[in-house]
Amino acid sequence: MKRYSFVQLLRNAIGLGDGWQQAWRSPEPKPSYDVVIVGGGGHGLATAYYLAKNHGVRNVAVLEKGWIGGGNTGRNTTVVRSNYLWDESAAIYEHSLKLWEGLTQELNFNVMFSQRNLVMLAHTEHEMIEASRRVHANRLNGIDAEIWSREQTLAFIPILNKSMNIRYPVMGGSAQPRAGIARHDAVAWGFARGADALGVDIIQNCEVIGVRREGSRIVGLDTTRGAIDAKKVAFVAAGHSSVLASLAGFRLPIESHPLQAMVSEPIKPVLDTVVMSGAVHAYVSQSDKGELVMGAGIDAFNSYAQRGSLPILEDLASAMVELFPIVSRLKILRSWGGIVDVCPDASPIIGRTPVDGLFINCGWGTGGFKATPGSGWVLADTIANDRPHALAAPFSMERFASGRLIDEHGAAAVAH
Amino acid sequence: MTQDFRLAKGGRIDREKPLRFLFDGHAYDGFAGDTLASALLANGIHLVARSFKYHRPRGIYGLGVEEPNALVETGIGAAIEPNARATTVELSDGLIANSQNRWPSLRFDLGAVADLASPLLSAGFYYKTFMGPGNAWKLYEWMIRRAAGVGRAPEQPDPDRYEHSFAHCDVLVVGAGPAGLAAALAAGRAGARVMLVDEQVEPGGQLLNTAYTINGRPATDWVADATAELDRMDEVRRLQRTLALGVYDHGYVACVERAVPVPEGRTRWRERMWHVRAKEIVVASGAIERPLIHDGNDRPGTMLASAARAYANRYGVAVGKRAVVFANNDDAYRTALDLADSGIEVAGILDLRHDLTGAMPALAREKGLRVLAGHAVVGTRGRTRLKAVEAAPVDDPSNRQIIECDLLAVSGGWNPALHLYAHAGGKASYDAALAAFVPGSSPERMTVAGSAAGEFALAHCLSGGARAGVEAAKRAGFSATQPALVLEAPEPNADTRVGPLSAPNRGGKRFIDLHNDVTEKDLRLAAQEGYRSVEHAKRYTTMGMGPDQGKTGNILGLNVLSDALGQAVPQVGTTTFRPPYHPVSFGALAGREVHDLFLPTRKTPMDSWHEENGALFEPVGQWRRAKAYPKPGESLHAAAEREVKAARESVGLFDASTLGKIDVRGPGAAQFLDRIYCNTFSTLKPGNARYGLMLGEDGMVKDDGVTARLGPDHFHLTTTTGGAASVYVWLEDWLQTEWLDLEVYLTSVTEQWAVATLSGPKARQVLGPLTDVDLSTAAFPFMAFREGRVANIPARIFRVSFSGDLSYEINVPARHGLALWQALMESGRPHGITPYGTEALHILRAEKGYIVVGHETDGTITPHDLGYGGMVSTKKDFLGRRSLGRAGMTGPDRKHLVGLLSKDPARVLPMGAQILERPTEARPAPMIGHVSSSYMSPTMKRGIAMALIKNGRERLGQTVYLPLLDGPTVAAEIVSPVFYDPENARRDG
Ligand SMILES: Cc1cc2nc3c(=O)[nH]c(=O)nc-3n(C[C@H](O)[C@H](O)[C@H](O)COP(=O)(O)OP(=O)(O)OC[C@H]3O[C@@H](n4cnc5c(N)ncnc54)[C@H](O)[C@@H]3O)c2cc1C
Repeated sequence: MKRYSFVQLLRNAIGLGDGWQQAWRSPEPKPSYDVVIVGGGGHGLATAYYLAKNHGVRNVAVLEKGWIGGGNTGRNTTVVRSNYLWDESAAIYEHSLKLWEGLTQELNFNVMFSQRNLVMLAHTEHEMIEASRRVHANRLNGIDAEIWSREQTLAFIPILNKSMNIRYPVMGGSAQPRAGIARHDAVAWGFARGADALGVDIIQNCEVIGVRREGSRIVGLDTTRGAIDAKKVAFVAAGHSSVLASLAGFRLPIESHPLQAMVSEPIKPVLDTVVMSGAVHAYVSQSDKGELVMGAGIDAFNSYAQRGSLPILEDLASAMVELFPIVSRLKILRSWGGIVDVCPDASPIIGRTPVDGLFINCGWGTGGFKATPGSGWVLADTIANDRPHALAAPFSMERFASGRLIDEHGAAAVAH
Repeated sequence: MTQDFRLAKGGRIDREKPLRFLFDGHAYDGFAGDTLASALLANGIHLVARSFKYHRPRGIYGLGVEEPNALVETGIGAAIEPNARATTVELSDGLIANSQNRWPSLRFDLGAVADLASPLLSAGFYYKTFMGPGNAWKLYEWMIRRAAGVGRAPEQPDPDRYEHSFAHCDVLVVGAGPAGLAAALAAGRAGARVMLVDEQVEPGGQLLNTAYTINGRPATDWVADATAELDRMDEVRRLQRTLALGVYDHGYVACVERAVPVPEGRTRWRERMWHVRAKEIVVASGAIERPLIHDGNDRPGTMLASAARAYANRYGVAVGKRAVVFANNDDAYRTALDLADSGIEVAGILDLRHDLTGAMPALAREKGLRVLAGHAVVGTRGRTRLKAVEAAPVDDPSNRQIIECDLLAVSGGWNPALHLYAHAGGKASYDAALAAFVPGSSPERMTVAGSAAGEFALAHCLSGGARAGVEAAKRAGFSATQPALVLEAPEPNADTRVGPLSAPNRGGKRFIDLHNDVTEKDLRLAAQEGYRSVEHAKRYTTMGMGPDQGKTGNILGLNVLSDALGQAVPQVGTTTFRPPYHPVSFGALAGREVHDLFLPTRKTPMDSWHEENGALFEPVGQWRRAKAYPKPGESLHAAAEREVKAARESVGLFDASTLGKIDVRGPGAAQFLDRIYCNTFSTLKPGNARYGLMLGEDGMVKDDGVTARLGPDHFHLTTTTGGAASVYVWLEDWLQTEWLDLEVYLTSVTEQWAVATLSGPKARQVLGPLTDVDLSTAAFPFMAFREGRVANIPARIFRVSFSGDLSYEINVPARHGLALWQALMESGRPHGITPYGTEALHILRAEKGYIVVGHETDGTITPHDLGYGGMVSTKKDFLGRRSLGRAGMTGPDRKHLVGLLSKDPARVLPMGAQILERPTEARPAPMIGHVSSSYMSPTMKRGIAMALIKNGRERLGQTVYLPLLDGPTVAAEIVSPVFYDPENARRDG
């Protein structure tokens, strides 16, 4: 892999460079691999990267039915934080956040991780108490978290609605200074490029349509580009996990829902942090191009079609105007939906499955982008060693049988 | 300033109505009927904007929503609209517009240094640099953000109002061009209820821009006739200035209507969203012209050919004095002819095609125009305004000739506007002859007609439109026979095929996405670097991601990629179209659901009394509730303390109207409740009430409340205030989708009953004189329910208690709530009755150890955790039962509800504080629980708290530690959660 740098850029600009190479190859699938990852989203690509990087497992393919990053990875609002309530969540998300902090250098690809602070607004006394609980817990888990007063919050976010005479005045909030946003595509591409350089085959336009088993063990996959043998397989397919699980003959406690987001036309920066509000229900940041990037609540119906309904967007728009009155005359440029895989306890599933040799990573629902490097890291370790990584262990599928749920619903009304 | 470029005659503007406007501080004149763009052009202004990345000078390029360049700011102060398209802004008197994203001025913009660095700023350059050292991205980003954005947001809230309207129709026709008008006429004549929406100020579409004839008369006459006929039909609604934004499932179409500007400025509403539910949709949204790829294709003075002719025909504006037309198709010859007709000198027509067989080139030659077949523009000159083009034969690009001109009208053919079709799930197919995507099979309920369907000849638009209208009406159930629309629109026999999309490359800048400054080179680089999927290339280069969403450029980009990858266009694919078709304001989407109507505050029937009596309110769910009634000068704490004391020592009165109430009836009611609650209700006797716990399927406490049995098949169920709606939906969900065997009817009656709770040792003395119900403990024990009259109002009285003292919850029909309250206050006066709010309520219940769902539960707490295991029936099945049997639901890891007493009695432990076993721990520290409720208790005269602690009931008496935020670590003792009257003597007596 030829490294990227400013010098390279300069050389190419003045015609001294020898041209840019492909960020990743587009090889034909080989007949067999040691590990096949199904799903070329951030999580799948990160898994492949860390398999090769940390465990020396390089005979690996990532199969993607469309284009890599085209699922939720390329559709999300890119909030990255680790201030989760429960210890198990805090541990894995914080592990991920630490990886984020060095990811650009690790991948030699600028993923633009922008630690611009994240403020979760509290609009009622109850929300202040919830914030207090979370911040107390975060601190004890070694995570940077702060309780902010109303004055502090309003001073930091000048465009917030300052009126006390509204349905949900800002009472204060909690903040995580190390949280922020990142460039979603770059995460997929950076991991793809890194994995490719270590020998991983990234195979796009290759949909898995069947699972081949011998007894209780998986031995390969049928794909739209032919059969592929595999010693081990991992499903990392987010919204389509249930479809894949049913091909393998088991069921997942997952519902797939549309989740929508939208961006405004670019405007001069007015918001330099990430704001989330549970009561008014919106979360927003402003990109480095100037677009306000906003996320809505999930559509209540189940669907695999990547589009949602209009009322959800109307609610989001009114929430935005309520929180930030100056946005009313700005315009929404684009809206879209992704299919999110939601577990009953709003926590992911990482680990083994009832089929030997088959691993799964799913259920990240509305909030898994932030986990991309961490999730890839622990899944790679789990696959390489055939046992759950310590951080992944609590997130096994067995928890639904044992009842040891990790319920993050109550912890953040807006789960992103 | 005079309108030097206004043609002497022609156009649809009203020359009797001059309008004055300001652009960048200079005053100009235009006419009613102008857009800002046409008025600027009439004044010879082309340079109106700077591009996003390189700050290159840019001029007006299009005619409407496809405009990639001419984004301006309109209005001032709170009424600023950033990024308004000059091409869609209706000119009004006094309009103020300014250019954006330039400094210090539009003509001299320092940002243009970026242009010099452009070789460095190739596609995706930012992914390859700014990587270090360490966290240096923060600094780079700070600098990048200086350059971010195009327009600026207003600094004040929007003074305008936005409306939402809802409409149903049989046939919705989108677009009032020839196809749309024909469709609407046909469907209307069939008797269907038709809606015809069109984004323009007036109907006609392309017929306004180009001189066509229909049935031997000017096409605009036909438009007037058709419109008049439509307006005479009762069931037809016609909306101009109305843009269809998006198509959603089941014929649901969102449109936004702009208000007609008024001279005084403010209109009653600024924009109105139409939510249209249509049985059938006819998409007649027309086509969008695209340019050609050539060197220097972004100079101000370069314009889509169809726009140039529309400015002449429709607005009476000569966009230049000397024009060159550069094209690959026959339609562009109309532009040349129309320009020539309106007196603009046409210096030449450069056609990329070698053999010109169609009628149009011949016609042009006949009129004496210079037609150069197989020629291309290979360069342009001029900086802020085009001065000349370099023309050369396609086969010999270095053989250049300079043609002086101030207008370059370009046409690369037309793209059907398939956005709405794609929203509905339509899959377009590629038509190589047109070099465009055309609709494939029709999605449900949708027909595409006219040029949106790739039918570019007027006669075909008319006949196709009429056919679509008839068929849509038929599918919607209207098959009335009607005279067929006979419309003749003869045209010269044009060649419908388009030529190449690209001129020979001589190394200049060749823009694909004008707004985002994406060049052909960028796209080729993306392909070279392996961003082969069109989605990757788009994201890598940002092509089509600017405000115009690639309406003019995307197809060109696709062709470049196809060439670079050696794949046919359909293999490269097309990017998805996502709503909205054209950007829509937040205000319009939000409609009236802002400010006071954002989430209307629910108020109880007694709210006015609370307000008059100095209540301090707090939002609880959608309600506002009195938190306390502080006397003048009294703090919240002091007020709550006084209120608690009164409720403990004499009597208090509480407004409990917000509690959720559901009327449950039917032969299956008792069984239904047995399944819903973890405890049993079928054994409850009529006249009695029981506290119930509802669990989720995961076995966790979901909601609680008292439910009374009014009769054998009739229950009055109460929920928490916040849970009312979700519980109701939950119950209906089970009834309607799972338990079809049960005949049960649910009615939400939360708003139908007002509830006043009397609480305290004197409660009986206050209620007694007002009621005919026997209140003696023997006749009316704890957890009983009686019907009777209170203050002569029919009432349901529940003897339940949330304070731990003697207490009656009196329910009366909501309209009598205030009267009841006043009567109770009156009757209680001798006993010092004291109204109390939610703060006192919380203290009272915490003293007694009663839980509040949402405080003591958070979706992870079972009845056993709360110490309510005794309530869980072992005899019947209920929601959550199976989950309760799982291994993880019992054992020493479970948290238990306990009381917590700080070692320092004066300290109130903060709610949410986490609990450790040892005073100091390394991070991450093992937390064993947290404080769920905590108050200064006036009754116990010390701070009390409830907490959820791992294995807490086995730890009574142990000391635990709470590290407070930015404060000390405090010690506390685990105790029973019931602090007050553990024997229940006061409650039950
Ligand atoms: C609108 C929206 C906003 C969000 N906001 C945030 C946020 O702010 N912060 C945050 O942390 N998270 C957010 N999320 C969630 C986050 O995007 C996801 O949790 C995360 O990106 C999931 O990554 P992934 O790699 O697991 O899945 P994906 O990126 O969806 O990748 C799965 C891939 O599997 C492929 N696939 C599926 N089936 C097959 C098959 N049979 N064969 C081959 N390939 C297959 C799919 O094509 C897809 O590319 C948001 C999600 C959405 C939709």
